[in-house]
Amino acid sequence: MVEAHQLEKRFGDFVAVDKVDFTIAKGESFGFLGPNGAGKTSTMRMISCISPISGGTLTVLGQDPVKQGSSIRARMGVVPQEDSLDLDLTVLDNLMIYGRYFDMPRKLIRQRADQLLEFAQLTERANDRVDPLSGGMKRRLTIARALISDPDLLILDEPTTGLDPQARHLLWDRLYRLKQEGVTLVITTHYMDEAEQLCDRLVVMDKGRFAAEGSPRELIEEHSTKEVLELRFQPGQHEGIALELSDLAERHEVLPDRILFYTDDGDAALAEVHAKGYQPQSSLVRRSTLEDVFLRLTGRTLVD
Amino acid sequence: MTSTDVTAAAELTIFTHGEITPTRRFRTPMWMRAALYWGYQYKRTWRSSIVTSFLIPVLYLTSMGVALGSLIDKHSHGVGGVTYVAFLAPGLLAGTCMQIGTNDTMWPVMGAIKWMRTYFAQLAGPLSIYDVLLGHLAWVAARLSIVVTIYLIVMAGFGIVYSPWAILALPAGVLTGMAFGAPMAAFAATQDKDASFSTIYRFVVVPLFLFSGTFFPISQLPKFLQYLAYVSPLYHGVALCRNLTLGQVSLWVDLGHAAYLLAWVAVGYLIGRRTFAKRMVV
Repeated sequence: MVEAHQLEKRFGDFVAVDKVDFTIAKGESFGFLGPNGAGKTSTMRMISCISPISGGTLTVLGQDPVKQGSSIRARMGVVPQEDSLDLDLTVLDNLMIYGRYFDMPRKLIRQRADQLLEFAQLTERANDRVDPLSGGMKRRLTIARALISDPDLLILDEPTTGLDPQARHLLWDRLYRLKQEGVTLVITTHYMDEAEQLCDRLVVMDKGRFAAEGSPRELIEEHSTKEVLELRFQPGQHEGIALELSDLAERHEVLPDRILFYTDDGDAALAEVHAKGYQPQSSLVRRSTLEDVFLRLTGRTLVD
Repeated sequence: MTSTDVTAAAELTIFTHGEITPTRRFRTPMWMRAALYWGYQYKRTWRSSIVTSFLIPVLYLTSMGVALGSLIDKHSHGVGGVTYVAFLAPGLLAGTCMQIGTNDTMWPVMGAIKWMRTYFAQLAGPLSIYDVLLGHLAWVAARLSIVVTIYLIVMAGFGIVYSPWAILALPAGVLTGMAFGAPMAAFAATQDKDASFSTIYRFVVVPLFLFSGTFFPISQLPKFLQYLAYVSPLYHGVALCRNLTLGQVSLWVDLGHAAYLLAWVAVGYLIGRRTFAKRMVV
């Protein structure tokens, strides 16, 4: 669906996307992960054929964004980072006018709008103005709107940023269903749980480059250990204790409020801590998550 | 049918993977799709807008045209051989078009970039940045034609439409409005704050309204101000509308006025293509 080779985006001297290669297959759910300013949105905007590329090559839906941008965009649904809903119009009118951009017959838009409002759980609000809707509702409406033209490719730029947990879970559920339906999704996010839930494959971006690439599981295996032991001691003791216990795990990290030990067997490591006579205020053994990978790859000062 | 059935049915048809790809016998031009959006917006306000478009000329023509005009007519036998109200009405018509042309492109253009992000919603679909611009301008022209039509009807009610040529005051009024609208849209797309708009209103729109031959012939002005008035698109819009409603058409002069207005529209549009692209296609 999308193929990029040495893709570049520059704004003057600033390089936002620095020669990246990637391929997104049909039916796949592909994620761009990274801190703010990593180049995710720039990449998405190039894929959406909104932003011209500065270098390299890019093919979207088998076509060239420079020459066939319009016909590519006609087959794509875009959920931008900032909502672009019309706040004065009703929920239904927002869908109607959007469908008109794609030159869909009014009757067809109406029919799909009913289905999509059902899907987005907005049926009761169909004739309300958009302005007073909650953030989660607006987001769901934006997604419904992007789906009105039955796109082959759905692009979501930080779909759940700024939403409360309930709203996020509802949205994930909807997106998961899209995935089940075989819609090709391209997602950017800086939430690890989101990426783990939704992405078959993802890249971690940092400073315009790809720091890592793979499925969530592969990334964890490659860049972290199976488990993480978190220990909390009196403030100020962490540095010293971490040094004394550094044999415990293949890697550890001192944070202001706790020490993290990266190990394949967290319980064994904890038993060893106790055996050595340390009494942490609290301890936690957990599975490694993408967050560990992410922070390792994109920075937080590490002590290896 | 239970509610679960409904959901299940909905699920099945949301994604057809291209099967429902809309086919129409006639494709709507891209710019027209963008113009339709503004039509949807207008749905909310058209009633009050129509009433205003009707009331403004009635009030102006009654107070300034008839009441003040009778004084003028008594003392100096009208202006250029016609009653003051007949002289004033086409001037006000052109002036109103200028105001609509600027108003409907200042805040709405900046708002569609910064506040509502309407243009970006349009750009996410098949529309190009040029369709977005052209569609918006087409809408402004459509709205101008509604206002001008109402204005001409009111003028006919006052009995001051003297010639069948007056029908051409409709495109002339639209052209006058667009001579301001197109450049203003180009400018508004470069702005980050709306502070400049009120400045433009105060120092460009209002003076032009007062000194472009709207209320009195520019021959009343000092020589250098007359030359300045020739530059103003409004002067040409006023002259053109006036010649048409009074039936004092002289072909080449009026074609000249129209051409001058058209040049402003064309240049404004071409600059707009650049400023719109520079602002939104990055």
